[in-house]
Amino acid sequence: MRFMMFIYPGLKEEADWMPSAEAVAAMSKYNEELTKAGVLLSLDGLHPTSEGARISYEGGTQRITDGPFAETKEVIGGYWMIQVRSKEEAIEWASRCPAGGDVVLEVRRVFEMSDFSPELQAAGGLSEVPPEQTVAQ
Amino acid sequence: MSQPRSPSGAERPVTHRTIEAVWRIESARLIGGLTRIVRDVGLAEDLAQDALVVALERWPGSGVPDNPGAWLMATAKYLAIDSLRRSRRLEHKHEQIAREIGIQLAMDASDLEAALDDQIGDDVLSLMFMCCHPVLSTDARIALTLRLLGGLTTSEIARGFLVPEPTVAQRIVRAKRTLSAAGVPFEVPQGDELKSRLSSVLEVVYLVFNEGYTATAGEDWMRPALCEEALRLGRILTSLAPSEPEVHGLLALMELQASRAAARVDSTGDPVLLPQQDRGRWDQLQLRRGLAALELAEQLAASGSGGDGGGGGGAAGPYALQAAIAACHARARTAAETDWHRIATLYGALAQLLGSPVVELNRAVALGMAFGPAAGLELVDAVASEPSLASYHLLPSVRGDLLERLGRSAEARLEFERAASLTQNSREREVLLRRAAAAAAEPSPDCGDSAL
Repeated sequence: MRFMMFIYPGLKEEADWMPSAEAVAAMSKYNEELTKAGVLLSLDGLHPTSEGARISYEGGTQRITDGPFAETKEVIGGYWMIQVRSKEEAIEWASRCPAGGDVVLEVRRVFEMSDFSPELQAAGGLSEVPPEQTVAQ
Repeated sequence: MSQPRSPSGAERPVTHRTIEAVWRIESARLIGGLTRIVRDVGLAEDLAQDALVVALERWPGSGVPDNPGAWLMATAKYLAIDSLRRSRRLEHKHEQIAREIGIQLAMDASDLEAALDDQIGDDVLSLMFMCCHPVLSTDARIALTLRLLGGLTTSEIARGFLVPEPTVAQRIVRAKRTLSAAGVPFEVPQGDELKSRLSSVLEVVYLVFNEGYTATAGEDWMRPALCEEALRLGRILTSLAPSEPEVHGLLALMELQASRAAARVDSTGDPVLLPQQDRGRWDQLQLRRGLAALELAEQLAASGSGGDGGGGGGAAGPYALQAAIAACHARARTAAETDWHRIATLYGALAQLLGSPVVELNRAVALGMAFGPAAGLELVDAVASEPSLASYHLLPSVRGDLLERLGRSAEARLEFERAASLTQNSREREVLLRRAAAAAAEPSPDCGDSAL
């Protein structure tokens, strides 16, 4: 089963977004451990919300707000996609992340096609053509 | 190094499942390290299990230690000293090992940590080579690998392979005894031996994958779990032996095949063949991982890395070739866009490498798609007399398909009927009989369906 592991840096100021070389080195080592254990599928780090925007709906009306956002504590800093055998294993990996301060990590199980009812599976099959490959050269 | 966890450890209750998860992450490194020290894989596993028992007793009260792997290793080492010292026939060898462990424990582990990183990798790789040693039967290799490297329980392995639990338990016990009796060294083979021993490791991993992959989904959760287990082992291998092209080739093959898992069965559980699959259901992340691994395998093969002996450097190995074929399907956004010319060429290279009539038969299908049914039929007829294909249902099935496309319906019907009589699979038999009936009904040359 796959889990998405989110990290919330919990920073008070977005100005502090860029991590120290020390923190980056520690995180690289952690990522290497995930790789060596054969559990890591992909990962990405995200820019602060000043580079992003929110598209929200209140009472059906769409509103687009550019970042940065006030409530920085609830901002995602990056994610890992891992393949493990249980939620406990996902928790164990998350708890090994070299995090400190007010960081929060969250693990969420990824839906597989077989988790959906046949009706939902059928609804999900509207486009039979996969997107273009980006890696193949 | 990992940061300290919450000091009390009381924030989250430590359950049996928590400890199982730690075990799964640490067991291969633990057993590998212990095997190197005590020089017996059976004893090493016992010690690791005993350390686990101590963890199960202590952790629920104390919390999971900051570095659970190091904790388990230290505990196992203390247990090792105990057991070696207590052993009645206090051989000189045992005493010496016990002393060495004592010295290691006395040293500050953190100073050694960086230096030990490579050692741990070597230990896990040595353990893989040991579990897949040719002195063991294939079944024993699989069971031992899943047990010692995958951290699976005997009952999980039994469920995965649909065999009784005592059978698996016995296989593992016997395998460990055989390794010990044969004096199989705990090491990464070098030179000429490396190639053949590595191919044994890759074979075991691929067999585990296929065991899970060929089963139709939905039977038992353990079957798809075997695929994930094989993928995990394959990924670990790419970290441990990064310069071996075939290691990446096998991973590419498994990732590409696994990327199609969700499209391989319909909502009623019936298998869906490749040309009919809903390609929107292919897992794009896994597919890209597969293509990336293939690219690496091809680069390494081209640069001649790891090619010390055998087929010679520069040429792709059998796993990379099969992955390259899978990649042709993966890159085609619709079945009609499939590059059959390239697939035919790749099957040609694979046939040269393996000399297998089954590969030739696949090449015939590809030729039939690339150059028309006559080209395919020519090759089918060339291999038709192979004794190993005598009762292989796909031979008449492929032949029937090509004949039908050539408008030779009467002959096609006979081939489909013959294929139906040979297959063990009832669903497949139905399909073949239907095709036989259709061939009998319409004499017109038309249908362009592949038998793949």
